[in-house]
Amino acid sequence: MQSSPIANAIYLLAALLFIWGIRGLTHPRTAVRGNLISALGMLLAIAATLYWAQFNWWIVIAGLAVGTIVGVVLAVRIEMTAMPQMVALLNGFGGGASTLVAWIAALTALADFNAAESAGNVAEGYQALIAISLSGLIGAVTFWGSMVAFGKLQELKMFRKEWSLPAQQLINAALLAACLALGAMLVIWPSWAGLLYFAMALLASVLGVLLVNRIGGADMPVVISLLNSYSGLAAATTGFVISNNMLIITGALVGASGIILTKIMCDAMNRSLANVLFGGIEAAKAASADQVYGGKVKSATADEVGMLLADARRVIVVPGYGMAVSQAQHAVRDLYALLEERGTQVLFAVHPVAGRMPGHMNVLLAEVDIPYDRMLSMEEANPLFQETDVALVIGANDVVNPDARENPSSPIAGMPILDVDKARTVVVIKRSLSPGFAGIPNPLFAADNCLMYFADGKKAVLDLVGAVKAA
Amino acid sequence: MFIMLLTVFVLAIFVGFEIITKVPPTLHTPLMSGSNAISGITIVGALIVAHEHPGWLGGTLAFFAVTLATINVVGGYLVTHRMLGMFKRKG
Repeated sequence: MQSSPIANAIYLLAALLFIWGIRGLTHPRTAVRGNLISALGMLLAIAATLYWAQFNWWIVIAGLAVGTIVGVVLAVRIEMTAMPQMVALLNGFGGGASTLVAWIAALTALADFNAAESAGNVAEGYQALIAISLSGLIGAVTFWGSMVAFGKLQELKMFRKEWSLPAQQLINAALLAACLALGAMLVIWPSWAGLLYFAMALLASVLGVLLVNRIGGADMPVVISLLNSYSGLAAATTGFVISNNMLIITGALVGASGIILTKIMCDAMNRSLANVLFGGIEAAKAASADQVYGGKVKSATADEVGMLLADARRVIVVPGYGMAVSQAQHAVRDLYALLEERGTQVLFAVHPVAGRMPGHMNVLLAEVDIPYDRMLSMEEANPLFQETDVALVIGANDVVNPDARENPSSPIAGMPILDVDKARTVVVIKRSLSPGFAGIPNPLFAADNCLMYFADGKKAVLDLVGAVKAA
Repeated sequence: MFIMLLTVFVLAIFVGFEIITKVPPTLHTPLMSGSNAISGITIVGALIVAHEHPGWLGGTLAFFAVTLATINVVGGYLVTHRMLGMFKRKG
């Protein structure tokens, strides 16, 4: 499987184009071009491979055709609110492809190892065997983990409720150990590679399902980022299987990207990765809802909030997953345009874990033509709340809970939050006082400067547009 | 050979860390779908193992490997392009 020097040169060029392309994503202005540059790299890599490799044309043409059709249909038809599901699917497909490639390599592992041995490259033979095992393990966990994540995000019936087996951690550890043992056996006895590989991939599949199955909706940003990283690592190990530099570089890039996003997501919840994957928030020690809210919650009507907004000089909107669920983003755009027209500055503050994946809210806002220079990160937004007349929270809860800052015994203590309570007035659009993912009451709702506007997100914002017009 | 490949792997991780920490939070979703499309590079592996005379099992596996990797590549780049086109400045 030695590629030609020309192909190798093109592979190097492709790897450079991927790096250059990702660099374009560091600014919205250059991002479209960056993505195109990266796509050009991919085109070159595929063309170079078609040029030098010997393969079965029927299989290749059929696979490329079916894959292209499915890919185009998915990409064109997917709603922006469903982007987390889409990314979960794509993560899974990448991992799945790596598993299958390693499986094929396992089928011919003995012959390939003997060939390497007789050519005096024993080390290379072992490298391929180790890579086949790792690729199968990582790929299968990625594929099945991503399928479960997809099912949860799509809210398929069978994934509605999180469940876990008794002694789940022990079972996971045992499964992982068994996979590693089978992988080691594959390296020692390549004559059994096909069978050992199949058994290992099967156990790894179960592991992937069990790992993701117990993780709740609001922790999805972490899981998707982690699976993103795995899909890159799977590609890198495929590179070790076929001794190809470009796959290794590219896979490492994606792996690094996913790890960084995973860390950002964990930091934004002040939880360790291990806690997200194996722990869970303890519901203990939280004050009861009655103690926190008891007679102190003020509810407002659309007209009252409309008056506040009409008089405001600066409004910061804080979107949460609730905005996506009620499809309120178009109504939010109308409110934004109306207030801007009246001379009010409208900004959007996005918490890193708002929504179901990193940057989820920003995509929804961009879809309804909110300019990207109006979208602030948590660090940018927090100093501005003190000089803000109205902070409008739409469908967010835990990420604006001041207990995280002030109450060291709170389950979410230390989690960085958006300081909406520092604004002159906070208006929270929410259907009820029900708790967020952390399962704890939010003292913000009982604060002196907070008004609750109980309604469905979309209807509430539409009514506010009408009220501001009338004010 | 193995040491060289490992070196490349480690260096690439460092390059990745350097660039990706500079991507603003606003673009994290397109970053994921875009890097996802890039991880579809497994397609090169899938093409290489689609041997001329694969046997029924090898052939079936190769077909699905090429298909999944192609979905990853085509779907990933296209949806990223669609998303990025929505990010506009005021004016």
